[in-house]
Amino acid sequence: MKADTPIFEARHVSLRFGGVRALTDVSFSIDKGELFSIIGPNGAGKTSMVNCISGRYTPTEGQIFFKGQDVTGMTPNNRAEIGIGRTFQNLALFGHMTVLDNIMVGRHHLLKNNFLTGALYWFTGARTEELAHRREIEEIIDFLDIQHVRKSIAGTLSYGLRKRVELARAMALKPDLILLDEPMAGMNLEEKEDMARYIVDLNEEYGMTVVMIEHDMGVVMDISHRIMVLDFGKKIAEGYPEEVLANAHVKRAYLGEADDVLSDEDDVTVTAPAGKVA
Amino acid sequence: MTSMIPCGDFKTGYSADTTIFPTTTSRNMVIFGIAVLCLAPLVMDKYALSLLIQIGYLGIAALGLNILVGFTGQISIGHAAFFGFGAFTSAWLVSNLHVPVFFAIPLAGVLTTAVGMIFGLPAARLKGLYLAIATLAAQVILQDFFARASWFSGGVAGTLTEPFSIFGFVFDTDERYFYVVLAYVVVMYILGTNLMRSRDGRALVAVRDHYLSAEMMGINLTKYRTLSFGISAFYAGIGGALYAHYLQFVSVEGFTILFSIQFLGMIIIGGLGSIMGSLMGTAFMVLLPESMQWLTDSLAGGAIDRALDLSNSLAFLREMAIGAVIILFLIFEPDGLAHRWKQIKAYWKLYPFSH
Repeated sequence: MKADTPIFEARHVSLRFGGVRALTDVSFSIDKGELFSIIGPNGAGKTSMVNCISGRYTPTEGQIFFKGQDVTGMTPNNRAEIGIGRTFQNLALFGHMTVLDNIMVGRHHLLKNNFLTGALYWFTGARTEELAHRREIEEIIDFLDIQHVRKSIAGTLSYGLRKRVELARAMALKPDLILLDEPMAGMNLEEKEDMARYIVDLNEEYGMTVVMIEHDMGVVMDISHRIMVLDFGKKIAEGYPEEVLANAHVKRAYLGEADDVLSDEDDVTVTAPAGKVA
Repeated sequence: MTSMIPCGDFKTGYSADTTIFPTTTSRNMVIFGIAVLCLAPLVMDKYALSLLIQIGYLGIAALGLNILVGFTGQISIGHAAFFGFGAFTSAWLVSNLHVPVFFAIPLAGVLTTAVGMIFGLPAARLKGLYLAIATLAAQVILQDFFARASWFSGGVAGTLTEPFSIFGFVFDTDERYFYVVLAYVVVMYILGTNLMRSRDGRALVAVRDHYLSAEMMGINLTKYRTLSFGISAFYAGIGGALYAHYLQFVSVEGFTILFSIQFLGMIIIGGLGSIMGSLMGTAFMVLLPESMQWLTDSLAGGAIDRALDLSNSLAFLREMAIGAVIILFLIFEPDGLAHRWKQIKAYWKLYPFSH
């Protein structure tokens, strides 16, 4: 599902920490319904960019627009309310809470009960509200196939499961734009395949616009609609996967020369002799 | 932790899955326990009853501190000052504004909440040791206020107040006042449990576990850190007010930093982040000196007593025992009595196949 209205726009964003230039004059826009990837070598500023989008950092220069609104100085919690959700590169679950509670925290801005009505639980409609949201949460749990751990303490789960719970929590926010910071880092092939499937479904079924940082080029090239490449805080390329793959700057900065990356031509040369032998 | 749900007990709805008690048996056991406690004034002597009342009002204040320290991950070493503020406020409302005691107690809780939130404001920016020092300021300022503001606290002479009464029925004996405290304990603990299983309670725990991602989930950190101080002060205020109308006298001397640290001891021993642990820890801290007394009494006249002069050193033996117990708990059971209780239940449940 793709429409041509930009849901997000960064205009000349620069971010400096003292003398370190994390981002320099980065501009790009993301259309509603897009699956947009940010790639680049380590330290290129990918996570800094995502932090600027989610509000963790405020850009030193430049502006950030979300749904046509200038959100440059907005706090992260307010951005969550207007529809930006994210997952973290390093796991950031609430370690001592159950999986269910973790996901319910994602509902924070959609729930209306507060400490008074919550404490009076049965008499104020808080119970009804909690149960209604619980029902919706269970749909997310089914979608991500984590039913078996719903009552487990999040801190005791395996790495792959925690990543999935984190995705569930971000989904519970019902965001329009979801930021995934290395959703597949440290996963085995099977877990990666599952995660790629979830991300595509997130985009196509749930209609969320996805921004993803990922190092696995196979996945990035397969599922992204468009890709932006950062290097030393500067944007060096942006475009469709095949354009980015062919870009000379990108090859030099990140992908390496042809022997490191399997382009289409390489595939042919590798498989052809194998066929002859058989 | 092993789930304590028996085999074959399947939940058939989300409402059945969000109850306070995991099984109907556990709920009935607690109701039965409260019913038994209702009989306590008929069978127990005055002294034992006074200990139970003490556990009650201190337990309410301890739950407040546990919400702040155990659930929200903040720190406060000024809890006794809020407890004292609740006591004085309730007494002041009754004697100066002629508010009936029945209303003065919750009102004192509300006013203490306001004071707690003011002193909780630094929590928006400070963490750990720095926050501890900021709350120490609350302790010192309030203590000084009690001593100087004689219009409010009666100054060094202290203040007298009336007993609790409804429709002319006066709860002025331990046997009667016990029911007032019991009712408050039940209500306050239910409110606390409900809070922790609804939106704002989860937000507090989220702030404790990972404040950065809590903020990304739409939680306003400043609001919830300050709110946590407010809730904790509310509980302290209620506990303090119950204390004031129990003794019917409030003195400025009681609310020292040592008392604040005792509150911290209660929740550490009971279990940080456990509702029932707060009550267990309070009971432990109240009964520990009693058991020390019993121990020295039973050794009286013997060789050990004569050698160590136990009967004359009871006061400091108590303090030493409290200190030693806190250290032992931190080493051997950092999750407190609540966790030990769970393990004991699991042991009986799973015996003889503990793995």
